[in-house]
Amino acid sequence: MSPSALTISGVDKFYGPIDRGVHAVKNLTMDIDKGEIVALLGSSGCGKTSTLRMVAGFEEVSRGAIAVGGRQVHTLPPVKRNVAMAFEGYSLYPPLTVRENMAFALKAARLPKSEVDAKVASIAKLLEIEDILERYPSSISGGQQQRASLGRALIREADLHLLDEPMGQLEPQLRAVLRGRIKHFIKERGLTAILVTHDQTEANALADRIAVMEGGVLQQFDTPDRIKERPANLFTGTFVGEPPMNVFEAFVGTARDKIKLRLPDGLSLDYDKDAFSAPVRDQLLSRERVVIGIRPYAVRRSKEGVPARVSANQWLGDQTHIAADFAGGSLVLVEHDRTRLDLGAPINVSIDPKNLHVFDQASGKAISHGMELA
Amino acid sequence: MEHTSLLERILRGAALALVVIFFMFPIAWIFMMSFQTNETILRIPPQLVFEPTLANYTALITGKLMTAAGTLDIAFMRNLGNSVFLSVTSVAVSLLLGVPAAYAFARHKFRGSEDIAFTLLSFKFAPALLVLLPLTLYFQKLGLANTYIGLIWVYQLICLPLILWIVRGYFEDIPADIEYAYRIGGHSWFATFRKIALPLAGPGIAAAGLLAFIFAWNNFVFALVLASADKQPVTVGALAFITSSGIQYGQISAAIVLSITPTLALALYAQRYLVEGLSLGAVKG
Repeated sequence: MSPSALTISGVDKFYGPIDRGVHAVKNLTMDIDKGEIVALLGSSGCGKTSTLRMVAGFEEVSRGAIAVGGRQVHTLPPVKRNVAMAFEGYSLYPPLTVRENMAFALKAARLPKSEVDAKVASIAKLLEIEDILERYPSSISGGQQQRASLGRALIREADLHLLDEPMGQLEPQLRAVLRGRIKHFIKERGLTAILVTHDQTEANALADRIAVMEGGVLQQFDTPDRIKERPANLFTGTFVGEPPMNVFEAFVGTARDKIKLRLPDGLSLDYDKDAFSAPVRDQLLSRERVVIGIRPYAVRRSKEGVPARVSANQWLGDQTHIAADFAGGSLVLVEHDRTRLDLGAPINVSIDPKNLHVFDQASGKAISHGMELA
Repeated sequence: MEHTSLLERILRGAALALVVIFFMFPIAWIFMMSFQTNETILRIPPQLVFEPTLANYTALITGKLMTAAGTLDIAFMRNLGNSVFLSVTSVAVSLLLGVPAAYAFARHKFRGSEDIAFTLLSFKFAPALLVLLPLTLYFQKLGLANTYIGLIWVYQLICLPLILWIVRGYFEDIPADIEYAYRIGGHSWFATFRKIALPLAGPGIAAAGLLAFIFAWNNFVFALVLASADKQPVTVGALAFITSSGIQYGQISAAIVLSITPTLALALYAQRYLVEGLSLGAVKG
C-alpha cells in the first residue's frame, strides 16, 4: 500500500511557551489518503487554520509529527515540503499581473514557456478569470483576487494542495459553479486537497471526508453522510446541518410497556419499548438522563403528537422553517410546502424513534442514532 | 469630489499662503543675503533692492575669505565634501545593517527581541553631550578619534535606530502571507526577502534613508568634538565665518545655500519616488 498523502500524528500547537501558551491544536491525529479531498470544518479559532499552516510550514509544530507522502516534513522549510497553498487573504504579489502571479511558481520550477502559457490559460478558463490576466491585483475585485490566488495554487503539481477558505469572497452563483469545476479538476488529476472552511455547504459539496474541529480538538473525521447521520457527539450534531439539530435534555422513564422521555414543561415523548432496537433500549434504560437531538427535517406535525406553539414561520422560497415553543426551548421543523400557520397557533409534533439521536448527558458523546448504537 | 464653497476656498488659500510664507521666508531671506556684501546686509532698515554680488560664492569656492583684517583660508569646499562623504557612508552602513535587522524584528519574535529593539531606540534618548565625553576618551584610546571610520561609527547612533524603527513598521505592514505564498512556491527565505519584502518596503526604506541622511547631514556636536578641521562637515565648518573682524553674514548665507542644496535636491527627488511607491504599495483590494 502506498503511503498516505498526509499523516498528522499527535500534533499539538501552542502559541507561546509549550504547555503554558495558548493551546490551539490539541493532540491531532489524521490520515489523509492520496487523491482525497478533506475539509477542515469549524468555527473561528477552532484550530483549523493553525493545522493548515503547520502542514504548510508557516507555523512550528509544538509536538508531534507531520508526514507528506511518507516523508517527515514538520522540520523542513516550506520550500522543501512540495505543497501548494491558496491563502485566505489572497496574498497576490502586487507588482505582478494576475498571469505572472499564477505562472511564477511554474517558472521557478523551470517549465517551458509554452507549457506555462497553456496551463495558465486552462486554469484561467476554469476559474473564469481569462479577461483579467493582464491586470494587477490592486485593480481587480476581491472575488477576482481570490480566484487568482486559487488558480496560483491549483496550477502547481504539488503533493498536497492546501486551500484556506478558497471561495469565501465569491458570489453564491459563481461559488456553486466553481465548486463543481474545482472538484472535477482535483479528482481528474488525482490531486490531494485539504480545504479549510467554516461553510458546511462548501465542505459537504467538495469534500470526500470532513474533519470537524472545535476548541483545537478533532471532533469527528468522517464522510459528509456519516457526519450528518451519525454525529459522534453533541457538538458535531448541532454544528453540522442547516437549520441546526434540535436538542433537548430528557429524563428516561418507563410506564408499563412504554419508554417515556420526559422533557421540561411536563411534556413527554412516549414510545413503545419495541419501537427501539434491543441494544438502544438497553442503553436508554440504563441511564437516568440523556440529551436527545432531532433534525428539523425529521420533525412531523401530527394530530396525536406533543403540543407546541408556533413562534416563527418563514417561507424561504422552497421550504418553510417553522419555529415553535416546545418543552421550555425552541423546536425548528422544516416542511417542503408553504405552510399557513399564524404566530401562536398550536401544533402537535411527533418524532419517529428512527430519527432520534441520543447523546450522553455529561460527556455529549453519541449513544445511539435511530436504531443503531453509535 | 468634496464640495467646497468659494469662501472656504479663499480662506484655505490664505491659510496655506501664510504657512508657506512663514516657512519659506527665512530660506528666501538667506538666499538673498548670500548675494549681498556684509555692508548691505547690515543696513538699517533692510532693503529688498540691492546690487547682487557673487563675491560670497567665489570666496567659498576658492577658499579665500577677505575680511577687513586680511585674507583668511577657509576649507568650506572640503567641509562640504566631508559632509557628503560622512552622510552618504553613514546612511549606507545603516541601511546595510538596519534593513535586515528591521526585517528580523518585524518577522521573528525571539527571546528579547523587543528589548533589543528598544535598546537601539534608546540610543536616541540619550543627550549627545552625555555620550560624548566617555566616547571621546574611548576613541582616543582606540585611535578612532579624528578618523572617518570613527565618525561614521558614531553617526550610526543617529541613523541606525531611525532606519531600524521606520523600516520595521513598513515590513510589519506587508502581510506575511505574501511572503509565505512566495516561499511555498519554491523559493528560499533569502530570495523571498530580496524579491518580495525589499521591493514592497522600498518606499519606506527610501523615506527612512532620506530622513537619516538629513539627520546625519545636520549633525553638529559629534563632529565638533570628534573631528579636527580636515574632517569636519559644513555644520562645524561654518564656525569659521565668525572671525576676529566680525561675523561674515554674506558668506554664511552662501554657505547655507550651498549646504542645503544637496539635501533639498535629494528630498525633492525622493518625494516624487515616495509618492509613486506608496500608490503602488496597495496590497489588498
